[in-house]
Amino acid sequence: MEWIPKIPLADWIESAIDWASTNFAPLTKAISAFAETGINGLVTGMEWLPPWLLIAVFAAIAWRLAGVKLAIGTAIGLLFLWNLGLWNSTLETLALVLFSTMVAVAIGLPLGILAALSETCYRIITPILDFMQTMPAFVYLIPAIPFFGLGPVSAMVSTVIFAVPPAIRLTCLGIRQVPKDLIEAADAYGSTWSQKLFKLQLPLATPTIMAGINQTIMLSLSMVVIAAMIGAGGLGGDVWKAIQRLKPGMGFEAGLGVVILAMILDRITQKIGRGQVK
Amino acid sequence: MSIKIKVEGLYKIFGNHPEKALKLLKEGASKEEIFKKTKQAVGCLDINFHVEEGEILVVMGLSGSGKSTLIRCLNRLNEPTKGKVAVDGVNVTALNHKELMEFRRKKFGFVFQNFALFPHRTVQANTEYGLEIQGVDPIERAERAKTALAQVGLAGWEQSMPGQLSGGMQQRVGLARALAVDPDILLMDEAFSALDPLIRRGMQDELISLQDKVKKTIVFITHDLDEALKIGDRIILMKDGKVVQEGTPEDILTNPATRYVEKFVEDVDMSKVLTARAVMTSAKVVAYPKDGPLVALRKMREQGMSSIFVMEKDGRFLGLLTAESAKGAADRGDKLIKEVINHKELPTVHPDDPLNSLFPLLAKHTFPLPVLDDEQKLMGIVVRGAVYAGLAERGSVA
Repeated sequence: MEWIPKIPLADWIESAIDWASTNFAPLTKAISAFAETGINGLVTGMEWLPPWLLIAVFAAIAWRLAGVKLAIGTAIGLLFLWNLGLWNSTLETLALVLFSTMVAVAIGLPLGILAALSETCYRIITPILDFMQTMPAFVYLIPAIPFFGLGPVSAMVSTVIFAVPPAIRLTCLGIRQVPKDLIEAADAYGSTWSQKLFKLQLPLATPTIMAGINQTIMLSLSMVVIAAMIGAGGLGGDVWKAIQRLKPGMGFEAGLGVVILAMILDRITQKIGRGQVK
Repeated sequence: MSIKIKVEGLYKIFGNHPEKALKLLKEGASKEEIFKKTKQAVGCLDINFHVEEGEILVVMGLSGSGKSTLIRCLNRLNEPTKGKVAVDGVNVTALNHKELMEFRRKKFGFVFQNFALFPHRTVQANTEYGLEIQGVDPIERAERAKTALAQVGLAGWEQSMPGQLSGGMQQRVGLARALAVDPDILLMDEAFSALDPLIRRGMQDELISLQDKVKKTIVFITHDLDEALKIGDRIILMKDGKVVQEGTPEDILTNPATRYVEKFVEDVDMSKVLTARAVMTSAKVVAYPKDGPLVALRKMREQGMSSIFVMEKDGRFLGLLTAESAKGAADRGDKLIKEVINHKELPTVHPDDPLNSLFPLLAKHTFPLPVLDDEQKLMGIVVRGAVYAGLAERGSVA
């Protein structure tokens, strides 16, 4: 291959990012400010409450949404994390996951609806999603830094990019799965597209959309841990520190924290999704 | 009577290049040839007819004849390729999107073959749907939906979910949803085809009596000639996207226009083709094995019968109990009728048995014939009178 000079793809990408980071500075600063306020607000809010009270609140939420068993599990798991001294890290991770998920859903839901209703949008969005999902997760960490610097905002941005595809895909799928004869019935009675969407398609797609949000949460959690490498902090930060200092015990504790958090979030959101079906 | 719907020169071609198909049609090509050459599917082909106000027009044809396509062209669920549909003198084909929505809301009620009820809404909310999207005030629409549900005999079921109802009841909801908007026109696409034969006939009767009261203009699609003859004021017969005959049931039976119609009609007046299914009625009263002889006797007395069929609660047929044997059992002081049920030498028939095979059985026995399905469940009974009535009804043209 030496007779063809190497295509300078990497150079192009870098100069594009350079150009964008200088020219979009006001936008990235606004995003930074918004995300930082959101995440810090969530963390400060949760840290302000005494841990036992917050654990009780979480257990109550689990009880309300998913029943007694999960409430007990949630309480035990969180008490365990508190006992291990991972309480603040857990809260930081949780705040980052919740905030990223909210942003991902806020982006994913409308895009999913768009892709479901317009064939053109579907054809544009699907290959982009395929691309996003096959790209190794680590790659998203790099461009986030020139735009947002090291820290939780960069972590959030790369997490959102990594976690948004299932929200889009499953929203789209849920809406497209609504039986054709029901759509026809809605049309026959003269429904407008928005009446169809809100009275028929979204209600029937809800279980599928909830499954998408569940996946988005799980992906957020996994990405937030990876994003510790660019300063996300939290449980991932503890794991990262443990790796650097070769402390397997500490790494195991923090890893276990991630598992417990994952289980709680997964069970709760799964129950919400199923509760809608009836 | 005035003309409610007028259809002129209507074509519907599915595909991206209908003009190619239209050109070939002009040259006299058939549906199959056109599909082979251009991948365009011809749904309707130069359809002309009208519907008068307050009549039931039945569009009858086998599957693939274009009848469902046609009914969807009336409210433009299928966009006609060419031709004109006018309702009350308004050219529906020329309406813009907004006007069309308004027109669908006010003029048409649609009843679907597979009910198409919204599974996440209660019966009441399903019935309200048409009014809801019109923006009718909630109190008024609740009231009107309730009235519509009462009309179809579903008062008291408002808060059920569609999934909890039987097929027949679901279609009543479908009908109520259409009636609630109080449209001039009801479009019914094979509305009863998915129902069991007995329920189906009940629904046909109810539609006829309901129509006496509400006096809508109804376009009813079916593939069943019996159904067409029963409910249609006029019938349009379709084949391969074309209308082959239009007329009253009498016209169609007595003067079949083409060989195709003739073949259809031939079937109607022959006892060979009429089956037990077509003449059976439901067994109004049956006894159960747990009944005592006195209970069974009372059931017979109330119905003025000299014998009664016995079946399990799940519908499995057990046999026949005559008044004599029940009386005998009662005199002996038996507690259960089990011992005296006659299940040997009892003729039973299958719903698909032709009528002519029933004659000898009916001649030999005095009691009705039980009709059992493949699982030995009692579907209905055939009484002698019904067979002759069934033949007489359709036999006039034999």
